[in-house]
Amino acid sequence: MIQLEHVTKTYPKASRPSLDEVSVGIEKGEFVFFIGPSGSGKSTIIKLLLHEVTPNRGRVHVNGRDVTAMRSWKIPAFRRQIGCVFQDFRLLPNRTAYENVAFALEVIGKTKAVARRVVPEVLELVGLGGKEHRYPHELSGGEQQRVAVARAFVNRPLILLADEPTGNLDPDTSIEIMRLLDRINRTGTTVVMVTHDSNIVNQMRRRVIEIESGRIVRDQARGVYG
Amino acid sequence: MRLKYVMSEVMVGLWRNVTMTVAMIITMAVSLTMLGASGLIYAQVKDMKAYYYDKIEVAIFLKPEITDDQRSSLEGSLKSDPLVREVIYESKDEAFKKFQTMFSDVPAVVDAVKPGQLPESFRVGLKNPEQYQQVREAYVGKDGVDQIIDQRNLLEKIFNILGSVQTMALVAASVMAIAALLLVGNTIQVAAYSKRREVAVMKLVGASNWFIQAPFVLEAVVAGILGAIIGFGALALGKVLLLDGSLSELTDLLTPLSWSKVLVMLPLMALAGTLVSSITAWVTLRFYLRV
Ligand SMILES: Nc1ncnc2c1ncn2[C@@H]1O[C@H](COP(=O)(O)OP(=O)(O)O)[C@@H](O)[C@H]1O
Ligand SMILES: [Mg+2]
Repeated sequence: MIQLEHVTKTYPKASRPSLDEVSVGIEKGEFVFFIGPSGSGKSTIIKLLLHEVTPNRGRVHVNGRDVTAMRSWKIPAFRRQIGCVFQDFRLLPNRTAYENVAFALEVIGKTKAVARRVVPEVLELVGLGGKEHRYPHELSGGEQQRVAVARAFVNRPLILLADEPTGNLDPDTSIEIMRLLDRINRTGTTVVMVTHDSNIVNQMRRRVIEIESGRIVRDQARGVYG
Repeated sequence: MRLKYVMSEVMVGLWRNVTMTVAMIITMAVSLTMLGASGLIYAQVKDMKAYYYDKIEVAIFLKPEITDDQRSSLEGSLKSDPLVREVIYESKDEAFKKFQTMFSDVPAVVDAVKPGQLPESFRVGLKNPEQYQQVREAYVGKDGVDQIIDQRNLLEKIFNILGSVQTMALVAASVMAIAALLLVGNTIQVAAYSKRREVAVMKLVGASNWFIQAPFVLEAVVAGILGAIIGFGALALGKVLLLDGSLSELTDLLTPLSWSKVLVMLPLMALAGTLVSSITAWVTLRFYLRV
């Protein structure tokens, strides 16, 4: 499902590579944690998978497609198969929970009728039933992240990428978001999650890949933090 | 549904930054008015050339002391000249009558001239008015010939004036077009900045590039078209108030400017406005909305 082959990424003007000869494979339906200290290159992996940045060397395959060689006009269609969640939620502040999720559908050409059918369903799934018409500032951090997860999942993507989704949340709320991601993983969606949170990693007992200074130093099925 | 989304985005965008929108429309309108005016002058001059060059004649004025022999030999050589299309003799009496009708509303001028004071002449139509110089050289020193006057000279002066007016209009149009271009670029930047969150989300969820860019480009295009419509209004007003109004005495000399010619300018101006604004918007977006 996801394949990195000897990927090296050095940002322009950076003195050393952010990712150095990284090779890793992730199967369909897996749940994988990327852990490591700040600045080790975790977010860079997410960006590579989204084709937000391109590697200097090596190949990135996602969904059987070579992302490195992808023409730029094919990127939008490619991204529709990937859902994304970030630490800062990235919701539109002037739109309600419903509208935020519906926006993701409308801008890829789905009709309002489709949105009316699908959005309440997915908001129910993430546990926001009844709060559809709240604006982001009327929701708690955990609830905002649920909206973001709903938006990422509403297209039923094959892959869900999450870059420190619990980074801004308290421990209890973090566990709830984790349960949600776990549930999504059980529907068959491959989940790749970057995190700092040792509690979560230790509780979940899933595959753990540890990065340090742009290199993989540990890759362990059913691993723990540190 | 997608069209409705795009159109509502365009309207919201134009309204959000209404001062810039108005500035953009005004500069577009002025630039396009100038462009339209220079287009009209160009078409007009072309028409006038076609119209007048057929009617243009070379006037060969004869000396008062010319003899009948000299006159008839001159007429004979003119009539057999391959460059000449037609020759019309104008006697002193005919010249005086023409003069009287021409200045009928200025009696003082008519009174000052007596019959017989005006010279007789041959009015010569040329097959090709450009060959005036050859004709002149052939007849200038002949016995009984006083002066040779080419009406084309006069027209040429008018055309030169119109030509420089046209050039000035074109220069003004280009300068204003540059201002319009900068304004469009700036408006698009501001719009892209104010919608950066939406744009980031759209990219993330895989909205197509045209879908992301269309509202911005259309915003500029709508401004361009509105500018063209206002500019066209200004041209039409100019025709009514100036050409058909206060300047009508002057414009009687020229061939009349038809409404159909003015109307043709509308699509031309709209096209120019659309092209300038959409290309500028598109180029700006390439820098400010990197996908
Ligand atoms: N756009 C960028 N330009 C230059 N250097 C960058 C850029 N983004 C990240 N880096 C550098 O790359 C390294 C890895 O960054 P990142 O992948 O964000 O780490 P992490 O997510 O693990 O904290 C860091 O040293 C960071 O300074
Ligand atoms: Mg990071």
